Amino acid sequence: MLVTKRKPIEEIAGFVAGEKGVFLLGCDGCAAASGTGGEDDVVALKEALEREGVTVTGWKVIDFLCQKALIRTGLRPFAKELQASDSILVSTCGIGIQATATVAELPVHPACDTISLGGIRGEWQGEERCLECGQCFLEYTGGICPLTACAKQLVNGPCGGAKDGRCEVEPDVRRCAWEVIYERLERQGRLDLLRAAPLQVKDHAKMRPPEELRGTRRWAIDVAEAEEVAR
Amino acid sequence: MKLADLFARGKFVITSEVAPPKGTDLSEMIENAELLRSRVDAINITDQQSSVMRLGSLVASQQLKGREIEPVFQMTCRDRNRIALQSDLLSAWAVGIENVLCLTGDHVCLGDALGAKPVFDLDSVSLLAAARGLNAGADMEGNELAGKTDFCLGAVVTPGADPVELQLLKMGKKVEAGAAFFQTQAVFDAEAFGWFMERARAFGVPVMAGIILLKSAGMARFMNANIAGVHVPQLLVDEMAATAKEDRPAKSVEIAARIVREVKEICQGVHIMPLGWEKQVPAILNAAGL
Repeated sequence: MLVTKRKPIEEIAGFVAGEKGVFLLGCDGCAAASGTGGEDDVVALKEALEREGVTVTGWKVIDFLCQKALIRTGLRPFAKELQASDSILVSTCGIGIQATATVAELPVHPACDTISLGGIRGEWQGEERCLECGQCFLEYTGGICPLTACAKQLVNGPCGGAKDGRCEVEPDVRRCAWEVIYERLERQGRLDLLRAAPLQVKDHAKMRPPEELRGTRRWAIDVAEAEEVAR
Repeated sequence: MKLADLFARGKFVITSEVAPPKGTDLSEMIENAELLRSRVDAINITDQQSSVMRLGSLVASQQLKGREIEPVFQMTCRDRNRIALQSDLLSAWAVGIENVLCLTGDHVCLGDALGAKPVFDLDSVSLLAAARGLNAGADMEGNELAGKTDFCLGAVVTPGADPVELQLLKMGKKVEAGAAFFQTQAVFDAEAFGWFMERARAFGVPVMAGIILLKSAGMARFMNANIAGVHVPQLLVDEMAATAKEDRPAKSVEIAARIVREVKEICQGVHIMPLGWEKQVPAILNAAGL
């Protein structure tokens, strides 16, 4: 799930200033869950824009803007409205906005900022996060990820900035990750693991998705799009 | 001159520190260094401390070196990736810098450029290991250097951290990675520092006790509330609180000198952080019999 937050209306109005009309596109997936891309959200955005003097030619909420085939079919009935528009304002995540920009002939504006989740994946509601770093450190850290739990992403121990066990970055919401790691390993009688851990150096090259995986993803999307075009 | 050579000769090593300016006018930093030069073995140059953008510690260190004041070049991992860090180490050696203090660095959120990217590509331990590698003639990827470095590498430790076990664990990793001396976070409680040294002695690496000049009771309370690993005992807070404003510099010197006297038999040096009161440092050393 990607979490989005609507940009300030003044900022959005600035994007479309001077245009004859703008078509609004929402997304019924993650963005609807975030309160930015559902029907109510898009209608509210339309009204807010109209108060700013922007002409809204029409709007549509599509199930998933991350599916290009759905964007094509979703926009098909709106040829007249799109013709009266200079652009499409897309109220969803960075993926949906880019997907629309690829598929649509008109220029696209973003209505949202996609919020960093620091490694949350899928529908997971817990505190555990994974950055997909490609070199899992969890063996040495009691199953607590230092990349996501430590504000400085330190992999060789704490920085010394924690006060009363709270992280210097967000003392109100975050404990020092290394103290939590220490406590768990101590409880398990496994502190030797921390002492014996080799010098850890992050390899940022591993954070790039491997070529073959990107290929697979690409292939799946290409097949889906080819089927849609054939239909 | 390397600090390690002084420790090897059995000298009780004294360092202090100055901060580069926010801007290009180095005169105040150099004045402060001049006040300290005859009484200390070397002077640390802080690296944009508290994440506040300033003139760089490399050039400031070079400026002191040019005045024959021995610099300890502080380097943090907050602002540079491993390419820039290693490059600056090579540059530092090329301009004659011999002592480097390797730190992780404060987080960007404490400073004056809140939107900056916190880098932390390396941390204090991996920076030490990288610098040791340069001393051995190779970069982190194992590529051979045309001309190697020969730095004396230092690190920091917080004796008052809780749990101290975790500090000792990281201290051990720093020693393994090449730390040849340690400077500590401020010490105000000599007895507690003694317990720490009982444990730290096992590493066989010289430790310099950090000494901060206590300027007022308010400053003491602020540090107790906000600075990690610093604890000013209530007795000292009361002592400052009972001192009239005009007498505070003298009291501050008296307290700092007392702490130095109490710790000097159990560690190998002191690192004095004057925080603007540089001219009091000679008086502290006199009163402490150094």
